[in-house]
Amino acid sequence: MKEYRTINKIAGPLLFVEKTEPIGYGELVNIVLFDGSIKRGQVLDTSDELVVVQVFETTAGIGKDSGVRFTGETIKMPVGRDMLGRILSGGGKPIDGGPEIVPEKRLDITGAAINPWARGSPNEFIQTGISTIDGTNTLVRGQKLPIFSGAGLPHNTIALQIARQAKVLGAKEEFAVVFAAMGITKEEANYFMQDFERTGALERAVVFLNLADDPAVERIITPRLALTTAEYLAFDLGMHVLVILTDMTNYCEALRQIGAAREEVPGRRGYPGYMYTDLAGIYERAGIVKGKKGSITQFPILTMPGDDITHPIPDLTGYITEGQIVVSRELHRKGIYPPINVLPSLSRLMNLGIGAKHTREDHKKVSDQLYAAYAEGNDLRGLVAIVGKDALSERDRMFLEFADLFENRFVRQGYDEDRTITGTLDLGWELLATLPVEQLVRIDRELINKYHPKFRNVPKAT
Amino acid sequence: MEVKDKKTKEKGILKRIAGPVVTAVNLDAHMYDVVKVGNEELMGEVIKISGEDIIIQVYEDTSGIKPGEPVINTGLSLAAELGPGLLTSIYDGIQRPLSVLVDKMGDFIQRGVSAPGLSHEKKWTFKPVKKAGDKVEAGTIIGEVQETNIVHRIMIPPNAKPGTIKTIKNGDFTVDETVCVLEDGREFPMIQRWPVRVPRPVKEKKNPTIPLITGQRILDGLFPIAKGGTAAIPGPFGSGKTVTQQQLAKWSDAEIVVYIGCGERGNEMTEVLTEFPHLEDPKSGKPLMERTVLIANTSNMPVAAREASVYTGITIAEYFRDMGYDVSLMADSTSRWAEAMREISSRLEEMPGEEGYPAYLAARLSEFYERAGLVTTLNGQSGSVSVIGAVSPPGGDFSEPVTQGTLRIVKVFWALDAKLSQRRHFPAINWLNSYSLYLDSLHDWYDKEVSPEWNKIRSWAMEVLQKEAELQEIVQLVGSDALPEAEQVTIEVARMIREIFLQQNAYDAVDTFCDMKKQYDMMKTIRLYSELAYAAQAAGVSPAQINATKSKNDLPQIKFIKDYKPALEKIEKEMDAEFTALRSAA
Repeated sequence: MKEYRTINKIAGPLLFVEKTEPIGYGELVNIVLFDGSIKRGQVLDTSDELVVVQVFETTAGIGKDSGVRFTGETIKMPVGRDMLGRILSGGGKPIDGGPEIVPEKRLDITGAAINPWARGSPNEFIQTGISTIDGTNTLVRGQKLPIFSGAGLPHNTIALQIARQAKVLGAKEEFAVVFAAMGITKEEANYFMQDFERTGALERAVVFLNLADDPAVERIITPRLALTTAEYLAFDLGMHVLVILTDMTNYCEALRQIGAAREEVPGRRGYPGYMYTDLAGIYERAGIVKGKKGSITQFPILTMPGDDITHPIPDLTGYITEGQIVVSRELHRKGIYPPINVLPSLSRLMNLGIGAKHTREDHKKVSDQLYAAYAEGNDLRGLVAIVGKDALSERDRMFLEFADLFENRFVRQGYDEDRTITGTLDLGWELLATLPVEQLVRIDRELINKYHPKFRNVPKAT
Repeated sequence: MEVKDKKTKEKGILKRIAGPVVTAVNLDAHMYDVVKVGNEELMGEVIKISGEDIIIQVYEDTSGIKPGEPVINTGLSLAAELGPGLLTSIYDGIQRPLSVLVDKMGDFIQRGVSAPGLSHEKKWTFKPVKKAGDKVEAGTIIGEVQETNIVHRIMIPPNAKPGTIKTIKNGDFTVDETVCVLEDGREFPMIQRWPVRVPRPVKEKKNPTIPLITGQRILDGLFPIAKGGTAAIPGPFGSGKTVTQQQLAKWSDAEIVVYIGCGERGNEMTEVLTEFPHLEDPKSGKPLMERTVLIANTSNMPVAAREASVYTGITIAEYFRDMGYDVSLMADSTSRWAEAMREISSRLEEMPGEEGYPAYLAARLSEFYERAGLVTTLNGQSGSVSVIGAVSPPGGDFSEPVTQGTLRIVKVFWALDAKLSQRRHFPAINWLNSYSLYLDSLHDWYDKEVSPEWNKIRSWAMEVLQKEAELQEIVQLVGSDALPEAEQVTIEVARMIREIFLQQNAYDAVDTFCDMKKQYDMMKTIRLYSELAYAAQAAGVSPAQINATKSKNDLPQIKFIKDYKPALEKIEKEMDAEFTALRSAA
């Protein structure tokens, strides 16, 4: 393989290489330093005169004297069954002291888009044991449901609880967890690892770690390596894979950093204009393929800068993913775990995975009624602050009390509390029963007669 | 895929590759020529000519393509194949059938595969409606094919000169086989090709006067769109754009529906694909899929094909319009289309306009929406294309360029509101911010087809909602009990309009579609309550007593009852009795 020593300019993570033979767009590049060590990069722009290479590691040590080798192929990931239980770096190299991965296949990390025609409909209910998710923002297999959180909130704890408790009722199938950490601290990483070890989940997991002090540009490929692995496990080996990506905010920062280095026209808040397409290339790699056994369910975690849901990162994410779970600082301050605020949370695929066939016939309507009643009670809190409780009508007082009850009984649960879906729905009814029956406008009479605690135990007149 | 042209083919070489935009030299090309890029012959389109450099956007992934590889100019422009076989199809942005792509390249989208928009092997039964000796001109319908339950009318292409039929066939043919020969020797197959970026010609554009009935109460009742009209649905994520678009695709009383999933989620398209074949058209009772053409270029499919998808869709819509059909086209989402333009523009290093969007964004948006309309077609029939575009403003901020550029053109604005969706008020369309400029032109239709009372009752409902908004501001400060008694009644009536009339459950088998008659009856009962309540209040009955009346509690259930008349009449009777009792007691 030819080695060029024609680096003309180094700017941030970018190398500008001159006088090469024709080089393919997107090719993998090895940069050989004076001490023989090798760094990796990728071709971003190629022409007769100039090739622009983005380096995935720090550019420290690279100089005009460094050698550049173009490998003639795009970045590929060696994958194999023995990856389960392994810990890899953000660049895909083993860092657990174990042997190299024995590849059964080498796959392109960009991943091709699933043809919409080939997609299977995601409709298998996943029970996470968390009421605010199962009851009101139901997760289904093949969905991508991000956690929108903020600095200092317990999103990691929630993600772990989901990873631990998530199951499809009545199914006994092979599953795996792919965990990709991007720019998180060693401490956070340890927290995840210890929990994986404690519960034995590590055996079924593939872990990619790009820590806070690892090169930022490496974060660009970390989620792609993770998803390539997940696709192999799901569609080649037929496993049901749960992918946790954390923290997507760090990924987007890295994307901005590269955009700036390339002197691109920035979009909103300096993030590149193609960030939507780029993020879609990650999030859309969730789903089910018709006729294949496995599935990929994604749980990306992102911290909203300044808790601002309109910030480009959560905003673009929300437009791509099938809903979002929003972690609330207010509930966290009240000491409620998990502090999931159901009002801005949403699961778009919920309706496919609930109802008589999957959970229970009253699920949709109970959920709507809980939402509506909690929203109304929550609104009244603002009013109470101004006029006091006494100025409220009888009806309003009931809704106000319902909101408190909802947070303390429905939202609040233990870190290890694994509620069944029937338990969650019955709990919902119990809370709704504190309101007058005629206020339950979202539920039809038939269901009220069947499930409302006031009526369901009344023996039928003989 | 392409339109024949006089130009000769040319071959050039690639000079530079940077993502979806590549540069070629030594190529004789014209703007928007379709070219084949590299050894794998990826499809692309010329978008800029600068000196020797020909700049091309490529519809497929360019990884691995090297400078020095060949570029072939086909000399043709990007065109859609139009003919029998369009209905029930699902295409990517450049009209490649996704089902054929699965057969050719598996479950994942690979590159370098071309697939024609129509099947060129399948035979269709062509029945002529013209005979030898008949004069024909551009747009003349010469025959019919029963495609699904829809009759596909075969027309002389819109750019053809007039002539006289020499022979016309009857029987089973592929789309390429000649079915009609003119005396001057010209031969016409069933297929037509039309460049997607050029609007198909019509005889005359007319002002719309008939509403597109969607079965959605807030739309038909308060903010109707006309057949041939344009509407925008902007809203932040999670506010229900896609559900609203899908409801329109399902229930709108258009004869043909073109649904463009432009840069959106793959799973959503799957939902449409699994659901539509099982849903029935409320009018014909046939599966909805039979009248539908889907275009799915999901967010992770190539960005240049996303840019083209909107044009491909509207060209297909115009083609069916030319047969004399009412077509409705949903584009979800035009923001993703605009972003595709922005991405290509920034790769071209063009001077950016607002928020990095190209300066021609507004012009492109208006060109697109202007292709909607109620028209007299070249063959003298009446046809229409209604365009409903979803807009996804970043952060839900309506002041951004795509929303603003869209609002300057469209006549109907359905403003989605995240606050409403958070409290599960669906459809989450804000009744104060939304508007329809078609109210005047549709006035007569509502008078005649629904009731002479309807327009009055609509204004009444809007007034109540407006009044409520003002009163709510006071309530926020002093609480509802502090309001004058008459206004407490107004608050209650407004709540009924919101919860009973405006809220609609898309997932309930009955409530998902509500015809105009039922809408009128529901609103009439709410107004009856309002009249009785005000009369009682004037007679000295307290608001608490009025609110405690039981008869109205059954009203929300009406939504879920198919044969609602008896129940509604019973409620009205009980209402009357209850209030009579209250008044006489006072």
